[in-house]
Formats: sequence, structure tokens, C-alpha cells
Amino acid sequence: MLKKLGVLVTVATVLWATGSALAFPDKPVNYIIPFNAGGESDISARLQQPYFNKITGEDLIIQYQAGAGGAQAWSVLNSQPGDGYTIMGTNLPHIILQPLLQKPGYETADLTNIYMFHFTPDALLVRADSKFETVQQVIDAAKETPGALTVGGTATNTANHIANQIFSNMTGAQMTYIPYTGTGATIPALLGGEVELLWGYTTVAAGQGDKVRMLAVAQDERHPLFPDVPTFKELGIDMVGGAYRGIAVPKSTPEEVRRQLSDIIGKINADPEFIKEMEQAGFAMLNIPYDGMEAFMSERQKIYEEVARQLGSLK
Amino acid sequence: MAFDLGSVLAQALSPFNLLLALLGVVLGTVIGALPGLSATMAIAVLVPFTFAMDPASGLIMLGAIYTGAIYGGAYAAILVNTPGTPSAIATTFDGFPMAKRGDGDLAMTLATLASVVGGVIGAIALMTLSPLLANIALAFQSSEYFWLAILGLTLIASLSTGNVIKGLIGGAFGLILSMIGVAVVGGDVRFTFGSSALLGGIDIVSALIGLYCIPVLIDLVARPDRHLEPAPLGRGFRFFEALGLCAKNAVNLFRSSVIGTLIGILPGAGGSIASLVSYSEARRSSRHPERFGKGEPAGLLATESANNATVGGGFIPTLVLGIPGTPPDAVILGALLVQGIRTGPELFTQQSGIVYIFMFGLLIATLMMLPVGLLIGRYAYRFIVNTPKSLLVPLIAFMTVVGSFAIHSNPHDVVVMVLMGVLGWLLSIGGFGPSPIVLGLVLGQIAEQGFIRAYMIGGARGNFGGQLLFDRPISWAIVALIVITLGLPLLRLLRGKSQNGKEARP
Repeated sequence: MLKKLGVLVTVATVLWATGSALAFPDKPVNYIIPFNAGGESDISARLQQPYFNKITGEDLIIQYQAGAGGAQAWSVLNSQPGDGYTIMGTNLPHIILQPLLQKPGYETADLTNIYMFHFTPDALLVRADSKFETVQQVIDAAKETPGALTVGGTATNTANHIANQIFSNMTGAQMTYIPYTGTGATIPALLGGEVELLWGYTTVAAGQGDKVRMLAVAQDERHPLFPDVPTFKELGIDMVGGAYRGIAVPKSTPEEVRRQLSDIIGKINADPEFIKEMEQAGFAMLNIPYDGMEAFMSERQKIYEEVARQLGSLK
Repeated sequence: MAFDLGSVLAQALSPFNLLLALLGVVLGTVIGALPGLSATMAIAVLVPFTFAMDPASGLIMLGAIYTGAIYGGAYAAILVNTPGTPSAIATTFDGFPMAKRGDGDLAMTLATLASVVGGVIGAIALMTLSPLLANIALAFQSSEYFWLAILGLTLIASLSTGNVIKGLIGGAFGLILSMIGVAVVGGDVRFTFGSSALLGGIDIVSALIGLYCIPVLIDLVARPDRHLEPAPLGRGFRFFEALGLCAKNAVNLFRSSVIGTLIGILPGAGGSIASLVSYSEARRSSRHPERFGKGEPAGLLATESANNATVGGGFIPTLVLGIPGTPPDAVILGALLVQGIRTGPELFTQQSGIVYIFMFGLLIATLMMLPVGLLIGRYAYRFIVNTPKSLLVPLIAFMTVVGSFAIHSNPHDVVVMVLMGVLGWLLSIGGFGPSPIVLGLVLGQIAEQGFIRAYMIGGARGNFGGQLLFDRPISWAIVALIVITLGLPLLRLLRGKSQNGKEARP
């Protein structure tokens, strides 16, 4: 172990010595995850870690600063040094909905996103032995007795909650949304029969295997891991979305460094091995670089604002 | 079974894995002993290192750290009345009074023995009954969590004998504290007074450190007497005395370990509820319930065996269902995923026995806790007893600040810790103990969410009563326990009075 470390240190020193002074990065980069370890944000960051090292020769050091659904970390991002060596995970819809609904100590515009690299598409799940085989059956049942079907999801005013509202808007199906403390808590609720359906993600279905059945997924195209599961679009329901994950830097980070970081994350995202690992875990790839961020964010902002107004929580 | 026991044992017992297990236990114990530094954090930091090892070795090390950290939580609880982790809350009830009166050495040895027993029973359940027991995680739904939390809250009544009103006021205050922040159900922002720092609510660990530790610190400064009564020199571990106590409490130990394993399986419960429920059960079935809370070894044995049993129990739903039983399990599950290992019942039949190597490793790590714990415990005890107060107070004060900062690397948690500490001290002058407040804080969220969910689901199905209680046999059983816990002391009181009356007659 020690020997290995020694070799690593030597290699790192040699790389550092030979690299040109202008090269970015020339020391380890701190990657702050605003959630607890073990969640989707953490897992995808862990998958990025080795590729970051492969491309830059530097380490990506993952830290956790959980609290207030991410707001604790996001509200202090801009007070971090803007040298490119501190980056932070960001999540949609969180960073749009939180400033809209509460006073989380930051504004959406305060966060300088440099790349959105994947999303976990919304998926409607049932138990493997459920009577529901298709989305249409769910819609019919929900229309027959509005509100009698229960559908679980993670917390209130979240991606799952919004998915339920959009689904209801587009199909007219009324279901009772039951919020749980986290993705982890929703799974026993579905498997144990407390709720009939679950708004989850492809990652949940990937983790639970044949114990759950995914009725549809909110992607443009079918997820490679679930070739038999239709998209909502195929079923005539124009629903594409989920929880998006990206990376932001402090506002003071120079334009040049922002672009360099965006390029590095883009390179990781293009690695076929990385794509394979991500999709195997149920993630869906997404490539929104620094230049495309403004258009992407304003599009999502519009969608979330509308739904938030409907949920009656927008002041 | 599709694996070869010999090769599994050979791998689990390889010198490298044994070394990792030992390292993990030592590291875990030290981290657990420092308030604020948690098993979750230790595991999260070490996960990247395990990627360089083969999966089984990595898992063994993570499991060893986890079990060591849960055990280490007892140190601060016994020696400075501060539960380092929520699972050690109930350990303070009898552990600290024991240390106070000079039996700290015995308390440390008892905690070690109980933790090993609990850990071994939990690990054996994990190895033998996993697929069967995993279904418990699914049978427990919102209404059961609600009743379980209420059962935990009934402990307030028995904890505050002679002063039930003050206990209830403290509990109600804790319940109000638990509401601060954004509500999971409904998304309302409650009691934050416009401060964005309070959106995340009051962190339980920083409240624990503040409420328990700061009053002790203030007392240390304000009073001239020693922190702990020192043990006479040359008394050793009091190992055989402790072993004798364990033998006397064999039923208690076994019951508490089973309770710990079962509650560990429940993803929404965790070590704090496990040790509280087993404490309450130990007290109820004891012939001397009045001794509990004043340094009764049986209480200490119950809580420490229960919280270490949750380690094995928590891995059951994690490995079988892919549902983490506890927060450290969630981190380990994430590490498994990154390594490309899929959880599920098939993990127990295929996967070339990696799960079995891990489980044997966990068992070995638990057994290693005995010598490691006795040695570190003895050192820690001597250190706390022999260090002059002028050094001890600043040292502990420093640790409380570091510990509460380390939870989320957020200075806000330090402020909460200090405020709760001053509050706890003021309340203790008025005769209010910290435990009812903490119980309210820890259990309030579980009770509230469980009730509201049962209400919403019951509403959707037009059958609220059935959803909450009437159609749910497990809830019946928990409600029966609540009735017994609340009713028995009353009954005893009445019987005692009538007996006294008889004796008083000539």
C-alpha cells in the first residue's frame, strides 16, 4: 500500500514538473457534492473520478457538504476561491425551484454552471406483480376514481413531484402523490405495497432489477438498459425530464478556466467506457457544455415555473 | 450453496484482510469515540481507497470501520456523557452515572462485551437468515414507523420518574425543534424565522453534542470536585466481574441483540431507536427498574448490544433488496454499485461468494473489537480520569466545535451546538433533562411523516383507520407494547400502594 502510494507520489511529482506552467489543472481539484454520500450525485461523481485523472493527470477529490436539500452548499459556492480548483455539483430542478419557493440564500443566476453531464429520467414504476401493464391502464384507473391511486416519490416540490403534476396535466389522470424522505425510502414503500405506483428514475429500476416494472420513461429515446420500456413520447405524452446533474464554479472563476473545465467534463462524457458504466447504473447521458447552458437553463426555468404555479406553492 | 466454504474462509482469513479488519476496527473506534465524527463520514472518506483493493477486501475494511465506529460511540457517552452518534443516546443513561461513581472501568469493559455480543448476533443473522428477514423491511410501512416512534417517545415517561410533567414539556419542546426547516411532506417552511441557515432544520448530532456535552463542561468548570471518581490503581479491566454480569444478563443481552437486528433491518429507524427500545424493554423486564438511569449495568448492556446488532441487521436489506438500512449502508451500497456489484437475492447465491467473504470479515472484525476495545477503552478511561480539569475542559470544548463543524463542514452547525448547549444548561438548572428533548427531536420527524403519510394514503383509499391501525397486525403489536410500557408502571404503583396499605395495618 505504502509502496503504491510512494509510486503515485513520484509519478505525480514528475508529471507536475514536466507539465507546462500554464496547464490547467496542475493540482488536485475539489469537487463538492451538496448531498450525502451514496446518492445519485455521489455515484456519478465517483464514476467521473478515474476519468478526470486519466485526462488531466490530476485527482478529483470528492467532498460532501449536505444540508437543506443542497442549499447549504449552493449558498456558499460564490465565497469559494474562483481558481477552478473548487467545483460543485448542481442539480435540477433543485437550483431553480428552491429560489422560486423558499429563500435558500442563493438565486438561480448566482450559480455558474459549466456543464450538465447527465440526467436520471423520470420513470413510472410498479411492482412486478402489479395489475398495471401499461401507462394507459393507469390513466384509465385514475380517471375512473380520481385521487384513489397512490403514487410515491421523493419529498415535495421535487423532480418526482413535478413529474406527477406534468403527467396529470397531460393525461388528466389524478393520483394522490405521497412524499418520502429520499429515493431510498420510496423503494420499500413500492415493494411493500404502501403505494401502487412510484415516480422514480431509471436508476431505481436498474437497482431493483426484476422486482419492479417500468411502465414508461421520460426520455427522447429508449434507455439502452431497458430496450423494451417505451418512452412517454411514444405513448403520445410529451414528457421528457427528470433530475439533471451538472457542475458549477464560483462566480469569480475566469472565463478561460470555465471553458477548460467544461472541455474536460465534455471529454469524460465522450469516453465510451464512462458512457457504458453510467448507462449500466441507469443514468442517461446529457451534453450541455458551458456555451449551451443559458439556453438550457432558461428552457427548464420556464417549465418548472409553470408547474410550480400549478402546485400552488409559487408566491 | 454455490460457493465453497473453504475458499471463502481462506480469503476472509488471509493476513491482508485480517490486517485491514484490524485497521478498520481501530480507526472506527477512534472516529466513533470523537463526538461529531460519524461512521458515515469515515466510510465516505475511505471509499476511494477501497477501489484500489479487490472488492472483498474493500468491503471488509468498510464493514470493520462501521462496526468499530458504532462501538466507539459508547466511549464519549460513558466518559463525558456525550453520545457521539445518535445510537449512543441511551448509553449515557446508565454509562455516565457508572463512570461518575468510579465504575468507569467496568462500564467500558461491559460496553465492549455487549458490543461484541450484539455485533456477532447481528452478523450471524445476516449470514444465515438474510433473504428471509429482508421482508421485514417491506412489512414496515408508514403507520408502523409512526407507532414505533410513539413507542420510543413513551420512554420519556419512564425516563423522568418523579418528574413526568417536566419530561413531557421537554419532549414537546423536542418535537417543536424537529419541525424546524422545510417539511418533507407538503414542502412548507416552518419556524425558520426567515433564516436560510435553518431551512435544513436542526442537525441531530450538533443538538446531541450541545445538549449533552456543554452542560457537563460548564459543570466541570463550576464545581470543584473531580469529573469522574478515579478507580483504585491496579484494578485492571474487571473483565471477569463484567463477564459475570453478562452471564447474569444473558437473556437481556440476547433480547437486546435481537431487537437491534430487527430494528436495524428497518430502513427508516436506525440505531437510536434500536437502543432506546431495547433499553426500555430491559427496564420493563428487570426486577429493579428503579435502578435504571442511576448506573445500572443491565441498561448499558442492553443499549450497547442493540446498537451493534443494527450493523449486521442494516446490511440485510442493503444486500438483499438494495435498500440501505442505515446511512453508512447507503455509502457502502454506492461503493458496491461503482464496483459493478449488483445487490439482490442472487448476490447470496452467485457472485462467487464475495458476500460471504464480506460477512465473515464483518464477523472477524466484530470479534477483534474485544481485545482492541478493551485496550483502547482502558487507555481512554485513564486519560479522561487522569487529565487535570484545566486541560480536559478546553480539549473537550475544542472537540465539540470540531465535531459539530465536521458534520456538514458548516459553521452554522457549530452555532446551533453552542446555542443548544447553553439552553440545555439553563434547562438542567430548572430540572429538565436533555434526553426527553433529544427523543422528541429524533423521533418527531419519524412520527410526523409516518402519520401524515398514513393519513394521505388512508384518505386516498377512503379508509384512514384501517391504514393507520385496524388492518395492520404489526401496528397492533407495537400499540400493545406502548400500552404495556405506559400501563405497567401505573399498575405497579397501584399495587405497591395497596401493599403498603396492608403492611401499615397492625
